Amino acid sequence: MKLSSMLIGACSVLALTATAQAETITIATVNNGDMVRMQGLTADFTAKNPGIELEWVTLEENILRQRVTTDVATNGGQFDVMTIGTYEVPIWAKQGWLVPLTALQNDAAYDADDILPAIAGGLSVDGKLYAAPFYGESSMVMYRTDLMEKAGLSMPDAPTWDFIADAARKMTNRDEGINGICLRGKAGWGENGAFLTAMSNSFGARWFDEDWNAQFDQPEWKATLDFYVGLMNDAGPAGASSNGFNENLALFQQGKCGMWIDATVAASFVTSGDSTVADKVGFALAPDNGLGKRANWLWAWSLAIPSGSQKQDAAAKFVSWATDKAYLELVASKEGWAAVPPGTRTSLYENPEYLAAAPFAQMTLDSINAADPTNPTVKPVPYVGVQFVAIPEFQGIANNVGQQFAAALAGTKTVDEALAEAQLITTREMRAAGY
Amino acid sequence: MARKVTLQRKLGFTALAWFLGCIMFFPIFWMILTSFKTEIDAIASPPLVFFQATWENYQLVLNQSDYLKYFGNSVVIAGGSTILALLVAIPSAWSMAFSPTRHTKDVLMWMLSTKMMPPVGVLVPIYLMLKYMGLLDTRTGLVIIMMLINLPIIIWMLYTYFKEIPSEILEASRMDGAVLWKEIVYVLLPMALPGIASTLLLNLILAWNEAFWTLNLTAANAAPLTAFIASYSSPEGLFWSKLSAASTMAIAPIMVLGWFSQKQLVTGLTFGAVK
Repeated sequence: MKLSSMLIGACSVLALTATAQAETITIATVNNGDMVRMQGLTADFTAKNPGIELEWVTLEENILRQRVTTDVATNGGQFDVMTIGTYEVPIWAKQGWLVPLTALQNDAAYDADDILPAIAGGLSVDGKLYAAPFYGESSMVMYRTDLMEKAGLSMPDAPTWDFIADAARKMTNRDEGINGICLRGKAGWGENGAFLTAMSNSFGARWFDEDWNAQFDQPEWKATLDFYVGLMNDAGPAGASSNGFNENLALFQQGKCGMWIDATVAASFVTSGDSTVADKVGFALAPDNGLGKRANWLWAWSLAIPSGSQKQDAAAKFVSWATDKAYLELVASKEGWAAVPPGTRTSLYENPEYLAAAPFAQMTLDSINAADPTNPTVKPVPYVGVQFVAIPEFQGIANNVGQQFAAALAGTKTVDEALAEAQLITTREMRAAGY
Repeated sequence: MARKVTLQRKLGFTALAWFLGCIMFFPIFWMILTSFKTEIDAIASPPLVFFQATWENYQLVLNQSDYLKYFGNSVVIAGGSTILALLVAIPSAWSMAFSPTRHTKDVLMWMLSTKMMPPVGVLVPIYLMLKYMGLLDTRTGLVIIMMLINLPIIIWMLYTYFKEIPSEILEASRMDGAVLWKEIVYVLLPMALPGIASTLLLNLILAWNEAFWTLNLTAANAAPLTAFIASYSSPEGLFWSKLSAASTMAIAPIMVLGWFSQKQLVTGLTFGAVK
């Protein structure tokens, strides 16, 4: 064989190899049970989509947020699919940082109309879907049925704050280490900021009026914080200003909380084998104050494609695979219906097998449906978001305000001082931001 | 009588050193202990000291993540940046120590001042520079950045060690006909070896544990062990045991290295302290 023929042959082989090389998409995600489960099912995606390989970058939520924000803001193109929350989607979509999922929305097989309306609303801008929900959550009351019975009370499906406060005080038994209620107290926009913002909605409070003026000097916020601090002092655990989701989960699982108001995703934890009170847990809607709004929030971890991605078609295939109805069936076939990611699709809550496997399913659905991101509180607001305000400045402001609220809970500031400081911080930051 | 007091003081200092050592080591001890607990035991209150130990967390972490890939990246980034930094820093420190100008002190202070700025202040410019050079999420990019980040400290340390060496010895070697590179390699380096060794080790540890740039400039390819640890933390869910197992695996190599080289570290860090 001539040398030239050999060279041509070698070049052809190399070219073919390059063509056959799989396209690799990089997915940035958070570390939680549902996401880890999805990584374990990668083989199903690659079998259905030969030619596309998946690379996972799993990071802690706050690190991930910082990491993907840097990348998307600089058009870095390091990630082809990003796991982002309901807070980021409207802000990033308006900046043009996300690819609209129009094809997915129009795909009859994907059935975007099946996505729960409250969740889809939070992930859409001007009717266009910018992220596909992987799992959704709201918040609700989880309570110890045995302690409630011992207190001589019966939890209604839709309790009021007055009932919750009364029950918490009656369930508290400091000698036996039982706290009537465990609520978030740790400072942070995603910790006490989320809980107290959602709680304040049920008291008729709001972050801003229609002209973006801070509202912490209004009586509704004082009523919220007075109620919260008083209740936690009487019936909350010691050192509550350091407690976030995980700390309260640990307390509840060890049987040290009579009630816990937090994310619906916690339902599967408190009823799992890790919990010492798994068979004594009941669920109820988040409380209200008779003003027409409940204290529940709305959140969805969703998959979005950054506009800097060079592999948008392959990324769209992955987003479709991970968030369609077939994925739920895939998880159910491998790990049972109780393990499927909740809170995204209407059809899941019409599935009798799922309803039988997940006793908290109906309460989760009702909680999600009760949240309205575009009309979160009693009075009109200029923003979108139930437990957050979907503006870029919110993270920084709410972290500072959360510190004031934590100080009020810890007793290092009075409620009035904390609210005055919150008003000052928010007004100053919003003015600096040009509102 | 005098001997008795000395013994008492000796015992007192030894006890104090052990006490402080135990306090400093306790978080690491507790992390290792937690890595062998179940998630429920890890969050038990009061904390459990005696429990049924399990390897489950290590198995889970090894199954879930490609530890060797992260480890390899850590070795290349920490080792590469340290060697590169030494290659740049040794001639720089030599020049400043033995041929100072009236601006040498200013240059040293300027270099140190770059460490006074919070790194996040230059994140976006550095991110963009690496992006345009095609070095994002590459080990080469990280090696260069880590070298630049630690260079001021390395030059300062080496400058301090070199200043302890009498310049007359170097002059004597020059009189004997040694050219510049021979003067550095055969005369300066052997005398400054303890200092260079401790600088190398300290920089290796700093680069191994660096968690701002290594997290922000990497994705799937060049992520080192800091990213491996960060993947086991979660705001919603129980993860302490798994996180502890991942952290133990991440710090084990550098701890072992530190353990075996502690003599060189101490010698280097006290180099020239007592004349």
